[in-house]
Amino acid sequence: MSPRRPFRDTCTTFGALSWSGFRRYATYRQATIAGSFTNIVFGFLRCYVLLAVAAGAVGGTPAGYRPDQLATFVWVGQGLLTVVSLWGWTELSDRIRTGEVTADLLRPIHPVTGYLAPDLGRALHGMVFRFVPPLVVGLIFFDLYLPGRWFTVPLFGLSVLLAVVGSLGLRFLVNATAYWLHDARGPIMLWTLAAGVLAGLYFPLRFLPGWLAVTLWVATPFPGLMQTPLDVLVERDPVPLQFGLVGLQAVWAALLLALCVLVQRRAERRLVAQGG
Amino acid sequence: MAELRAYAALLGGQWRSVTSYRASFAVEMVTNIGGTALDVFAVVVIFQATTTVAGFSLPEGVLIVSLSSCAFALADFAVGNIDRLKTYVRTGTMDAVLVRPLSALVQLILMDLPVRKALRLPFSFAVLAVALRINHVDWTPARVALLVVAPLAGAVFFSSIFVLSASLAFWWVDSGEVGSAFTYGGRDFTAYPTPVYSGWFRAVFAYGLGFGFVAYQPALALLGRADPLGLPTWAGFASPVVALLAAGLAAAVWRTGIRHYRSTGS
Repeated sequence: MSPRRPFRDTCTTFGALSWSGFRRYATYRQATIAGSFTNIVFGFLRCYVLLAVAAGAVGGTPAGYRPDQLATFVWVGQGLLTVVSLWGWTELSDRIRTGEVTADLLRPIHPVTGYLAPDLGRALHGMVFRFVPPLVVGLIFFDLYLPGRWFTVPLFGLSVLLAVVGSLGLRFLVNATAYWLHDARGPIMLWTLAAGVLAGLYFPLRFLPGWLAVTLWVATPFPGLMQTPLDVLVERDPVPLQFGLVGLQAVWAALLLALCVLVQRRAERRLVAQGG
Repeated sequence: MAELRAYAALLGGQWRSVTSYRASFAVEMVTNIGGTALDVFAVVVIFQATTTVAGFSLPEGVLIVSLSSCAFALADFAVGNIDRLKTYVRTGTMDAVLVRPLSALVQLILMDLPVRKALRLPFSFAVLAVALRINHVDWTPARVALLVVAPLAGAVFFSSIFVLSASLAFWWVDSGEVGSAFTYGGRDFTAYPTPVYSGWFRAVFAYGLGFGFVAYQPALALLGRADPLGLPTWAGFASPVVALLAAGLAAAVWRTGIRHYRSTGS
């Protein structure tokens, strides 16, 4: 994104890159079906567990969630999993390991933008083809919570967008450790573990003691990947907090992108040094 | 003898490759304990959020998840990486495996033995030891035998599921994550008492596929608890039979798959 270029050109390039990201994932139709099947099986597993918790909890509302809110939490969470892309992205670290990353530096577009744009296209593909199937199955087999506030759905959309940006930022940073470690499998493993549990995939983070949940929200970007969009959608909190959580998510997303740019600059300097 | 040396060479190459990036390997080794620790942690958090889950207390829940994770950790260590088969089929590595005069399955396992997962085994068994302490078990010779047999039978069972899931790649290269629904999904299923689930979903996973016999039924037999779902106590001792059935099926499907395999030509 050269500063001398007009803004419109930048947008066109960004749009074209995003569209290429969308098309790339649209190619693997069988894999999309296979992935949705797996999301749905896990949806059943997690939904039954949380409903059993609700059945055993005093008042039937563990951590302030009603059973239908928990069911929505699980099924929408299964849909979001691939949209936000918690797992399995090793593209940058693979390119660093093989040295192909040098080609990224020759392009007239900043590497962070060069990964962000196709990732948004990928997320859009996920939103159309991976988000809907678990949600439909959830609606058929379980009693789901439908949001009542008129602004909840658009706010959820914004929250998902911020989650995707935050996730790309984190994945970029984790992959970028390969600039220094040469093999990023360890950090990626660490990310896989942390992302699942701290994003609220295995259980809603509100099940944790209050102080711990608040610390996670403020001090780490992970709850912004899934827990925030899901809490926004099931209207778990009063309106101000609902908006406040999305605001916090936006701060983290901006911070992560800035950090990516910084790390990339440091890495480029190092890459030159390595090339002698 | 020459065959054994060939296998040892595969294993040696594997060892050298994992230890060549030492920093990353160390991180991986330690974080891998995290995988099992998280399974247990998730169960503890879930049980903490309420008084009982489907009529089971926290200690009982820990016993079930520990039996499940011992079985899974053993199987995952031994054959877990077989799920890379779809990559091998796609990239043509499978051709190289098949032309060697060695067993394809053993080669695939040794080519990618997950040394980094080794620490998960002692961790799982430590959790099992804790679970046995916090539950009251009325020890009889049969129960001692069950305690030894249950994780092993569970491991054989999970290994069969791994091989069966991977075999999908012979027919459906682009099978993506379908296998995970049964390997990791099965692990998640067995981590909780079976009465947590209901309807046809429970019937399929617990009895149709046999996951109910990995941890839930043996745990009931160890605790001497009646099954709220009505199976008799001896069902806990049936896990080796279920495991052998699964292993037989997996072996048959694997052989058919190998015969069915046609190279991608790459």
